[in-house]
Amino acid sequence: MNDICSWTIHELVAAMEKGQVTSKEAVEAYLGRIAKVGPKLNAYITVDEEGARKAAVEADKRRAAGEATPLLGAPLAIKDLLATEGLRTTCGSKILDNFVPPYDSFAVARLKQAGAVILGKTNMDEFAMGSSNETSHYGPARNPWNTSKIPGGSSGGSAVAVAADLCAGALGSDTGGSIRQPASLCGIVGLKPTYGRVSRFGLVAFASSLDQIGPMTKDIRDAAILTSVISGHDPMDSTCSSEPLGDYLSGLEDGVEGMVVGVPDEYFIEGMDPEVEQKVREAINILEQKGATVRRISLPHTKYAVPTYYVIAPAEASSNLARYDGVKYGYRDMEAEGLSSMYCSTRNKGFGSEVKRRIMLGTYALSAGYYDAYYLKALKARTLIKRDFQEAFKDVSVIVAPTAPAAAFGLGERVDDPLKMYLSDIFTISANLAGIPGVSVPCGFTTGGEPVGLQILGSYFQEASTLRVARAVEREIGITTVKPRVDN
Amino acid sequence: MTPSEYGSRRMLSPRVNGHKVLLGVGKPGGISYILIQLKFDIQSDRRIAQGRSCAWSDYSRKKMDYEAVIGLETHVQLSTKTKIFCSCSTTFGAEPNANTCPVCLGMPGVLPVLNLEVLNRAIKVGLAVGGKIAEWTKFDRKNYFYPDLPKGYQISQYDLPIVSGGGLDIFADNAHKTIGLTRIHMEEDAGKLVHGENMGDPSSSYVDLNRTGVPLLEIVSEPDIRSSEEARRYMDKLKTILQYLEVSDCNMEEGSLRCDANISIRPVGQKEFGTRAEIKNVNSFRFLQRAIDFEIRRQTELLNEGGTVVQETRLYDEKNDRTVSMRSKEEAHDYRYFPDPDLAPMVIGKDWVERIRATLPELPDEKAKRFMAEYELPEYDALVLCSTRATADYFEQAARGAKSPKIISNWVMGEVLRVVKETGAAPADLPVTPAMLSKMVGMIDSGAISGKIAKTVFEEMAQSGLDPEKIVEQKGLTQITDTSSIEGEVDKILAANPSQVADYKAGKDKLIGFFVGQVMRATRGKASPDMVNQILKEKLK
Repeated sequence: MNDICSWTIHELVAAMEKGQVTSKEAVEAYLGRIAKVGPKLNAYITVDEEGARKAAVEADKRRAAGEATPLLGAPLAIKDLLATEGLRTTCGSKILDNFVPPYDSFAVARLKQAGAVILGKTNMDEFAMGSSNETSHYGPARNPWNTSKIPGGSSGGSAVAVAADLCAGALGSDTGGSIRQPASLCGIVGLKPTYGRVSRFGLVAFASSLDQIGPMTKDIRDAAILTSVISGHDPMDSTCSSEPLGDYLSGLEDGVEGMVVGVPDEYFIEGMDPEVEQKVREAINILEQKGATVRRISLPHTKYAVPTYYVIAPAEASSNLARYDGVKYGYRDMEAEGLSSMYCSTRNKGFGSEVKRRIMLGTYALSAGYYDAYYLKALKARTLIKRDFQEAFKDVSVIVAPTAPAAAFGLGERVDDPLKMYLSDIFTISANLAGIPGVSVPCGFTTGGEPVGLQILGSYFQEASTLRVARAVEREIGITTVKPRVDN
Repeated sequence: MTPSEYGSRRMLSPRVNGHKVLLGVGKPGGISYILIQLKFDIQSDRRIAQGRSCAWSDYSRKKMDYEAVIGLETHVQLSTKTKIFCSCSTTFGAEPNANTCPVCLGMPGVLPVLNLEVLNRAIKVGLAVGGKIAEWTKFDRKNYFYPDLPKGYQISQYDLPIVSGGGLDIFADNAHKTIGLTRIHMEEDAGKLVHGENMGDPSSSYVDLNRTGVPLLEIVSEPDIRSSEEARRYMDKLKTILQYLEVSDCNMEEGSLRCDANISIRPVGQKEFGTRAEIKNVNSFRFLQRAIDFEIRRQTELLNEGGTVVQETRLYDEKNDRTVSMRSKEEAHDYRYFPDPDLAPMVIGKDWVERIRATLPELPDEKAKRFMAEYELPEYDALVLCSTRATADYFEQAARGAKSPKIISNWVMGEVLRVVKETGAAPADLPVTPAMLSKMVGMIDSGAISGKIAKTVFEEMAQSGLDPEKIVEQKGLTQITDTSSIEGEVDKILAANPSQVADYKAGKDKLIGFFVGQVMRATRGKASPDMVNQILKEKLK
């Protein structure tokens, strides 16, 4: 029954509805596969075998009793940045190695309510700071298409778990591309919804004004299903929107006829992998063949996105991560004597070097005398980037671009070059700064056999049209059914 | 998921393996409450007594040609039922860490949600002091590390406070003066550290986070205050207004009213400010006055000896009645304020402000003015009566429709406030109701009892809560106004004291008092003093 593992969520739920398979059987199949190929890929930090089995039995009972919630019995994986009640939540960091939250994040609570079974918590860059999964305290997850390559980050573990059929679907979080970039590099679908669409309650904060939870799935339909479940207003998050939910499913197959697709000049730059550009151009041609009008556009402030992001995100992070001080929970250096020694030693030993680098960057940017020159200036640049998109969406329905400038690079290749590493997110960061939704959908492979992703950006709360365009690409290119070989 | 489902979300105790970090987040009857323990004593870490601790020396006031410039920063705990950013109780005195949840414990991933009642009360206070209510305001993070601050930052307001400007009218040194207000902003309180000596392990410090997230208003005055007396009056007035508004308990002992003072001195006539010291840790009005007096003397002495005042934060040491250096300007924190991205900026509509304005009660200044006009009270009486809303209400209930409100005012300021002070009861809860007091004063007016007898009647009312008429009747305290019976008593007294009668007639007028006293004693105070006087004078002609 190993086959089950490759099914999408909607296929699996349909099969369970027809009585062809039970949630218990699906969970056992996944647990078996995780045990078999898991060590090689390091996708999970924590596998909750007991919890998953219990939830599966419960789901089967509920189905037998006539219940049919949208995710009933579907085994999913959760990025270890989302709090799960009673289940260890490490954020990929030593400092939270022993932390067990007494609450579920809003998105996880919604999944459970819809009947989902949580298989475990997936690997990630420490506190979501990284683009390769290499900053994880638990070692990097590996790209299932080539295990000597990085899976992307920070939601690398979720991307690997979905791509390698170690779960039916997963949640990730995206602060500067952390869903879309690993989705692109692992050949899966990843959606970052509009900022405020999904409650951040229980999502451990990296950069609060940029963080957003989203689905990472085997196809677009699954992404639409998960988005419907986890979206909506939450009184526990003041930044969560009360904008009515979109209908992400019914128009999914409507195609792109009559839509205007913008292609920004600034997203096809010197230095990007020509094979990636070629695959993306091919996908754009397909959209045109299917009846979309393709229009060259300009987003003139794109070049400021990376520097703007690397001021705002570390600034917020430096404050958000101050709570890990060894006083209340998590790691504390028990050898330290005295208060400042305990603080310094706990944080020095508890955080990895990338996290410490960003805390220092952010602390500097917020310091007296530098605030105006860095943080305030970055906020102004952010407004300009936002305006670029607002202007563009007056003329186009969606914007298409590459998700990442290159396919997966080798493990260890960029760990000593943070600037080069930061440029991995050059095409994804703007959507976070502007707060707009973006989806990455597979659009082909390089000659080396590594997946390439097409990014589709939509206007505020236009997840439905964004997904519809992505679905048109998926339907025509149809590579989501191609699977990496990780079994031997 | 509905809000109520969220509210009922089960809270488990976090497992923190292999650590001595213990924390109870259960509800009463569940887990036993344990404080978070730090394995060392933070107090010994602190540098309180370091640096320029200045002992008080006998300084002569001759050289005092400086004037003090004082500004006060007051922290007021608002008496809302729940905390500012979560739904935990704000009750004082609960078991350590019993009033906490993941939000106020600063656990990973949780988010603050503003308690709107805090905003409403801040606006209410702003309107009461004549401040400008911001049309657009926001929360900022103030970043610093301390074990009583679980998030590593305090949610406060930086450059766009909810209230700007306004002022308080004070009456000090026999003159009215307005002390300007710079701003009022909202913020969350921090927790509390308990040091080892009172706890299990004397070498440890413990953290109690019950107070974390209790809503505070920080009220900052302009540097308009010139003496410790003015500072005291300012605090009195502030407390009065806050109590009128029913926004805070203003209980200094429980820490719901706390105050820091910025103090500098400058030569009289100079416009520029001198270098200031900030005095923290002042927890009573009396200590505030003492700390200011000490600090003025310290700075004056320093300048007169050719020294300079250093900008620093000092702590008031109440045991030794002095201030000691805590940290210098160089050691001051850089709080790295920035807008809190977890809380959306707030737009305050005019109609919202007007709705709150409509709920404002009559404030002490207006009330005092009205009392002076309506009840023809002297200013002194009006100010004393209006210093608490409860006393003012008591007076007004007794005085409404009364013939002599001034007599009622005397009784309230004297006997009623004495009993309030002695028993600790609120005026409204006294056995002597305003109606009873009013009735009793009416009996004095009508001549039914004398003022002297009235004291006895009041005492009896305060004990038994009986109606004054009943007391007078039961105890036979009715004033004797019958001329013939008073004449009889007068005759007896004159007959018994022939030598005094002779002296009086020889010109010792003052002896009239002696005779009156004798008659009153003989009638056990019941004779009308006016009539006794009159009859005596006639008989002694």
